[in-house]
Amino acid sequence: MSDAFVSLTDLTLSYGQTVAVPNLNLDIVEGELIALLGPSGCGKTTTMRAIAGLMPPAQGRIVIDGADVTRVPANKRGIGLVFQSYALFPHLSAFENVAFGLRLQKLPQAQIRAKTEAGMATVGLTGFEARKPGEMSGGQQQRLALARSLVMQPKVLLLDEPLSNLDARLRLEMRNELQRVQKETGITMVFVTHDQSEALALADRIVLMKDGKIEQLGTPAELYARPDTAFAADFMGFENIFRVEGDALVSDSGRLPLGYQASAQILAWRPGGVGVGAGPHRGRVIASSFAGGHREYVLDSALGQIKADAPIDVPEVPIGQDVAFDLPQDTARPLAA
Amino acid sequence: MSRLMIWLILGVTLTFLIGPFLIVIFAGMSAGEALAFPPQGLSLKWYAKVFTVESFRASFALSMFLAIFGTLAALLIGIPAAYALNRYDIPGAETIRTIVAAPIIVPGIIVGLALLRYFVVPLNVAITVALFVTHTALVLPYAVRVVSSSLNNLRADMEEAAVILGCTRLQAFTKVVLPNIRGGILAAFILGFVTSFNEVPASLFLSGPGVRTLPIDMLSYMEITFDPSVAALSALLAFMSVAIVFIAERLLGFSRYV
Ligand SMILES: Nc1ncnc2c1ncn2[C@@H]1O[C@H](COP(=O)(O)OP(=O)(O)O)[C@@H](O)[C@H]1O
Ligand SMILES: [Mg+2]
Repeated sequence: MSDAFVSLTDLTLSYGQTVAVPNLNLDIVEGELIALLGPSGCGKTTTMRAIAGLMPPAQGRIVIDGADVTRVPANKRGIGLVFQSYALFPHLSAFENVAFGLRLQKLPQAQIRAKTEAGMATVGLTGFEARKPGEMSGGQQQRLALARSLVMQPKVLLLDEPLSNLDARLRLEMRNELQRVQKETGITMVFVTHDQSEALALADRIVLMKDGKIEQLGTPAELYARPDTAFAADFMGFENIFRVEGDALVSDSGRLPLGYQASAQILAWRPGGVGVGAGPHRGRVIASSFAGGHREYVLDSALGQIKADAPIDVPEVPIGQDVAFDLPQDTARPLAA
Repeated sequence: MSRLMIWLILGVTLTFLIGPFLIVIFAGMSAGEALAFPPQGLSLKWYAKVFTVESFRASFALSMFLAIFGTLAALLIGIPAAYALNRYDIPGAETIRTIVAAPIIVPGIIVGLALLRYFVVPLNVAITVALFVTHTALVLPYAVRVVSSSLNNLRADMEEAAVILGCTRLQAFTKVVLPNIRGGILAAFILGFVTSFNEVPASLFLSGPGVRTLPIDMLSYMEITFDPSVAALSALLAFMSVAIVFIAERLLGFSRYV
């Protein structure tokens, strides 16, 4: 890609003999908000640390804004990093935390003050200048860490699970906040998360990672609708994933004739794509819960458990009772092995 | 266990802890000529005499010098050592820790004898220098330990954050690490000061004409003159130690670090 702002080329990252990330290739476009999504231990933090310059790559190149920075030390890269733990300086006031990097640049006092105040205003922390980080709430500390990075006007801002230490309500609030700040500043952002809903909600593009490799890359809409692998489908909420053998589905529990010819090796359905109340298959209801707009069933079938969401106007089937269900061809997502 | 038993044990413990302290204070207040307890009458003349003994002044100055600068030297070596042991994957770090702790384990009398026999005499080292080196070495383990324990509470990612914001490694250390372990450093200083000031076994071997630390000087004074001034001096020193520890405790909760 020629319009890449950040390019990782054949990047290999290892801890001693253990390779955490083998041969990663990734291009990031200027001004985009890109999410590194994947389960714990898949190499997201490692990749971030390499981009930031905190971890020298075993192999490969990192180019940022046209310059090869592979050997440039972390304090000269002009990159921001918001740590998962925030890593605020406990001995300094909120103001001094934000001003820390500006002071190192030896800017005039007036400019430091102006930039710091603007930075704190951007994240809604005006009035908290004198507080120590230890005297601030989790959400405020998160904002402070963000402001501390933003005032440096980094070429790229990296955020490592920025919302994972917040409670659910605050997490949603900070999601919007993060998106607003990104649109306002136009800073290229890479943020790490293991929460697919966060990645889907926030990112312009999602990099789905598994064992240090890119499993799939695309826009949230692409990944959500068309995961290519069972791993990606599982992450995107396809909770029913089965192997295909001839004209039947197979699982560890047994097999179920499909009634139509499937072309893929694996088929997957979201709970919402499974029909309940009608269809060629039968299952016993083993769990049922009201979820507002729909009802979530767990059915015991020849394939083992099937997760199925039924519209609220379908009459409720009591637990223990058999019900007909359908795994329709049109809601099936074909996957590669 | 009965209540009575508990009170008895508590009483005995306190008697042994505070008793000697009280005895020394009152022995120094004697109006008589010989060191004795209970004192023969009360006066403060021996407390006053302490300040007139010439050799006490000289040895007090030497002990102060050793306690302050020996401890500072130990910190100067100990802080980077503790930092390196804590932050970097150093091969044999465990061995280094054991070696650093050796002066705590090896009896001071052996350290003193060995230094005298194989360091001071063959190399013709000045006694003051030998004392300085010895006190620094004896305090070093405390410096490393106390500083290590406060470094353990400091997350490494704070330094990385500082580096990302433009610090060199050294700047990150001075601007972020040092301010956050200053409590531990002060605690190490006080512990080192008191250890050095009260050190007897090793310093016993390292004394020359007119060069003695205060505790050694007190010992030799007592061999010649058995008057209550030594008790008075001991009491004054004890008060000084208590005052230092009390102020430190007030200032930063000293006992957290030791
Ligand atoms: N300091 C380290 N030393 C050795 N292995 C590490 C270290 N940090 C991470 N790893 C390994 O590297 C892999 C990727 O880790 P990480 O990048 O932290 O994953 P993530 O951030 O996606 O949870 C994991 O298998 C982890 O065990
Ligand atoms: Mg991580």
